[in-house]
Amino acid sequence: MSSGSGNGEGVVIQTEGLTKRYWDLVAVDHLDLSIHEGEVFGVLGPNGSGKTTTILMLLGLTEPTEGSARVLGFDPVRQPLKVKAHVGYLPDQVGFYDELTARENLSYIAKLNGIPRREAYRRIDESLERMGLADVADRRVGTYSRGMKQRLGLAELLLKRPRVVILDEPTLGLDPEAAREFLHTIEGLKEEGITVLLSSHLLHQVQAVCDRVGLFHRGKMVLEGTVPELARRVLGGAYRIRLEVADSTQDLTEALRRTPGVVSARRVDGNVYELEAGEDVRSEVARAVIEAGAGLLSLEREEPSLDEIYARYFQEVSADGNDTTSNEA
Amino acid sequence: MATTPQATKRKWEREGSPWTGLWAVVAKEMADHLTGVRMRILEILIVLTAIGTVYVAIQNLRTTVGEDPFLFLRLFTTGKDPLPAFVGFLGFLVPLIAIALGFDAVNGEMNRRTLSRVLAQPIYRDALLFGKFLAGLFTLALVLAAIWLLIYGLGLLRLGVPPSGEEVARSLWFLVATVAYGGVWLSLSLLFSIVFRQPATAALSSIAVWLFFTVFWGMIAQLVAQGLQPVRFGLPQEFLSQAQLELGLARISPNTLYGEAVLALLHPTVRALGPVLPIQLQGAILGTPLPLSQSLLLIWPQLTGLIAATLLLFVLGYVLFQRQEIRA
Repeated sequence: MSSGSGNGEGVVIQTEGLTKRYWDLVAVDHLDLSIHEGEVFGVLGPNGSGKTTTILMLLGLTEPTEGSARVLGFDPVRQPLKVKAHVGYLPDQVGFYDELTARENLSYIAKLNGIPRREAYRRIDESLERMGLADVADRRVGTYSRGMKQRLGLAELLLKRPRVVILDEPTLGLDPEAAREFLHTIEGLKEEGITVLLSSHLLHQVQAVCDRVGLFHRGKMVLEGTVPELARRVLGGAYRIRLEVADSTQDLTEALRRTPGVVSARRVDGNVYELEAGEDVRSEVARAVIEAGAGLLSLEREEPSLDEIYARYFQEVSADGNDTTSNEA
Repeated sequence: MATTPQATKRKWEREGSPWTGLWAVVAKEMADHLTGVRMRILEILIVLTAIGTVYVAIQNLRTTVGEDPFLFLRLFTTGKDPLPAFVGFLGFLVPLIAIALGFDAVNGEMNRRTLSRVLAQPIYRDALLFGKFLAGLFTLALVLAAIWLLIYGLGLLRLGVPPSGEEVARSLWFLVATVAYGGVWLSLSLLFSIVFRQPATAALSSIAVWLFFTVFWGMIAQLVAQGLQPVRFGLPQEFLSQAQLELGLARISPNTLYGEAVLALLHPTVRALGPVLPIQLQGAILGTPLPLSQSLLLIWPQLTGLIAATLLLFVLGYVLFQRQEIRA
């Protein structure tokens, strides 16, 4: 397999100042992105924040106005065929030739990829089998459900034996069961060492599979990192602790607040308290509860959810945007 | 970043052949065309017209077998009221087929959301568009060649004389001219399939253009010629220049070009396609057939005109397609 010169530390996708303008609209604004080999990178952001445009530029399907990108060491502008030979792309609304069977659809793609016929047949069977479509392989795709089409889309990606897979809103419109299966497949891709770029609105799914996420807003990547990192940056206290005590007569809020490391404490209802802390202070909290003379029933750390980070971030952004005049006071 | 002119040039050069995947596209599109219901209907239509018109032509020709040296060419051109000749039918069936082959080529893929998936494969857009064009042209050629053979078969059976080499050569050139004529309409409908998002709009626009050239262009050419070169004093020069202008304008229409090409190819006695002055006919033996090479020379501008129009429309579509955003 021919390969572009690896950029040293296994960087698979790299962009520098990547910009796309449509007339006066800036769709992507000086994007610097780097994704490492074998990583699952999640791209989040509201509609129109430049996610799909970025993906199209990475594949050489749209030319950047400014800046450059490298995918597997190849330039998508000049060497799109080499990029596309190793990158599998599943568009947000995947469509197939409805009048052809699944096998015929895949065989067309195999031919476009220049895979020799015998090898193509073997790979088609293999990938259909893997996506659980072997039984319906000779049925017209027009009869497929949305989830089946999505799986056929993945089968097509597997057919290419890609090194990088780019999925644009892959779980949109899938039922929960199908979406879960889909995420399972993404995990499988990761195990094979395939780099995955996943764009999605469904935050808990992104959180479940992604190593790192990037938050897009108005063409810029405004936040980037692992979910705990983002939580620390956006939510302040990265650790949320939820505890339940046995005795409801006394209010432990003050005692908890005085515990070193705790940023805030709140009595949610009756015996349940919620704490925010800068670090893991569970043992200190446990001690504080015992010392206050209460019985501790449970103490657990809550994972910060991406939903919360997302919501909080965009609240802040819109507040900043609206308050520029009234902020003077 | 400061870049030297050389570096800038290199930056925009693409690597890899634009023909990668071309034949895969051609094979797939041709398979679609040949198995599609749309094409079957048109094929049935054209086969029925061919059989009908040729049958009538044979009925007429059987009385003159042995007198006419170009019997097989007459198969294409003989009509009997109310049935026009086969070439008359072809004049409007070929555009119809060509438009049917192309009007949803690009926007259809876009609406089915297959375009971005196909272009994400290691091929250039060039291969997709050119593949679709070639597949349309090959399909058209295949259908026409089949009908050509059918007509020859009927002719052999019913007339009972073999065609001469000259006749076969002339009718093969007629086939080439017909495919070139279809190419114009194919690239027009391909262009409209890129411009318009809805296949129905593309189809209607193509048919509107065809209707314009078939029905109105002749009248417009006449009116414009009368307006620009009026006959004021009744001089022969005035009549001549008016007629020449009218013919020149009429030749903008591919229908005129095709009509003239067919006329010269299938009627070997035709020796000019415009106004002829008596002085130009001096020494000519009227009614004697021209050799094929001379007929070809006569229609060379028409044939190249049709091919040039095809190329021009295709290039226009190609440029638009390259600049098109593929996201739906």
